[in-house]
Amino acid sequence: MADGRSQIRRRVGLKLWLSGGWIAFLVMAALCAPWLAPHDPLAQDLFLGRLPPAWVQGAEPGFYLGTDSLGRDVLSRILYGARLALIVALVAGSLTCLIGATLGLMAGFLRGWVDVVISRAIDIWMAFPPVLFSILLIAVMGPGLTSIILAIVVIDWTRFARVVRAEAMAQGAMDYVASAQVAGRRRISTMFTEILPNVLPTIVVLLTLEMGIAVIVEAILSFVNLSISTDDPTWGGMIAEGRTSIHQAWWVLVFPLVTLFLTVLSFSQLGEGLKDRFDPVLR
Amino acid sequence: MSFLAIKGLSARLRDTSFPILRDVFLSVEAGEVHGLVGESGAGKSMIGKALLGILPTSIEITHGTIELDGVDLLRLPPAERRRRIGATAALIPQDPLTALNPSRRIGPQITDRLVDILGWARSTAEARARELLDEVHIPDPVRVMRSYPHELSGGMRQRILIASAFAAEPKLIVADEPTTALDVTVQKQILKLIAEMQARHGTALLFVTHDLGVVSKVCQSLSVLYGGMVVERTTVRDFFREPAHSYSRALLAATPKYTDPLASLTPVPETVIAAVQAEVAAHDRSQRNG
Repeated sequence: MADGRSQIRRRVGLKLWLSGGWIAFLVMAALCAPWLAPHDPLAQDLFLGRLPPAWVQGAEPGFYLGTDSLGRDVLSRILYGARLALIVALVAGSLTCLIGATLGLMAGFLRGWVDVVISRAIDIWMAFPPVLFSILLIAVMGPGLTSIILAIVVIDWTRFARVVRAEAMAQGAMDYVASAQVAGRRRISTMFTEILPNVLPTIVVLLTLEMGIAVIVEAILSFVNLSISTDDPTWGGMIAEGRTSIHQAWWVLVFPLVTLFLTVLSFSQLGEGLKDRFDPVLR
Repeated sequence: MSFLAIKGLSARLRDTSFPILRDVFLSVEAGEVHGLVGESGAGKSMIGKALLGILPTSIEITHGTIELDGVDLLRLPPAERRRRIGATAALIPQDPLTALNPSRRIGPQITDRLVDILGWARSTAEARARELLDEVHIPDPVRVMRSYPHELSGGMRQRILIASAFAAEPKLIVADEPTTALDVTVQKQILKLIAEMQARHGTALLFVTHDLGVVSKVCQSLSVLYGGMVVERTTVRDFFREPAHSYSRALLAATPKYTDPLASLTPVPETVIAAVQAEVAAHDRSQRNG
């Protein structure tokens, strides 16, 4: 159609490309870390400790982003760290989304006692302090990838459930739902064929936000040493180590921090861009 | 035996027991067009919704029967009721802008019922949908069926909804203020279209509206509602000649005249409202004591 809609779409395009590009780059980095990384991320060499990044005076060739106090290559560690970050983002994000969105959809559309049970559960859940809750959970279960993912799912499903519930309620009041019911469609079938497609843009945005949050939560847990074993490089772990030597070697802190920042930002922007793509009016 | 017979239907808000419908009696013959009129909140839409099984979950039916084609819907198990309503009744909703699912194409939204409830083959259902869109004067039905709702105007969408309502040849259609959300210029066309389709298909029509002008044009009989109670049931001819109930008279007097648009409006007098409210209260008392 020859109206302003195509214009709107072009503007969101750039955002989508930039954020999608960064995520794609990270995925590549994570998959190809063994070939891309110039050094073994765990190899220590005290003679090469705290080397500055390549463009600063005193740098050694081959260590593009410098080394930390144990002489480990920062770039290699960031590349390897992307693996854990992305696995957590993907698995924890999707699981949280699946559980939270399903419960929210049911509460918002089916209402009645289903809504009462789920809503009360959300209210009670949200009264727990999340970080303490996750630390407690990991303390009980022991550190490890599964514990991190579980902690994120257990804490964050309410975020999805609440928003999706509200959205499903709004959609449920629309006349097209009434029409579908009159036409003899079952409640459950109405929920999936009529309501879900209209709640999907919201779910996608929440999912990408959640992926960003998952990356941050993982970093926080690494920071307090509750993530996976300290040998494997994680962004949070690097930030924690970098903090201690910030005055001598700022790069150990700054590069993982910037990577983390860009990743979380990209996830949320990706969601915005995808939402516009999913919007039937702007499609 | 009326095609639709509602007897003593009462409904109330689940939380506060506030009555929404009070002992409603209503009958519509096969092929008859019956108007439901009343102010906002009089319960006219609720009757249609109760009959189609789409009452909000906050409202419960306390007693009464809704007989559709001789079968009491309220006594059927839910699955059977849903199937029966889907096969014999349909809805023309109020707001065409929210009555089509924005994320699905038009075609499947019309054919869904034919395929899922009546078990038609998809190709037969699609041919039928094209035929109906043609019948409601939509140019290029094939292209429209591939469109999304936002690509069409409000009037077009209402035409599609009308076509969709007639698709399964229902015996009864509930039209819930089908012209309220439309532009005045489109209203007349849509009204004409509904009347035309009704006459061609011989469908009984329950026409919910607050516009007495519309009632005089399309309906044969009507019920006047106040506070969820039917205060008068009569034929359109008698109603416009001499309404029996004082509230009906006042309602008729309050209708703006096209012939004299500058005349000041006559609202329903306070005394009439007080009288009809007293009637409602008396009904509630008799319910409590009886």
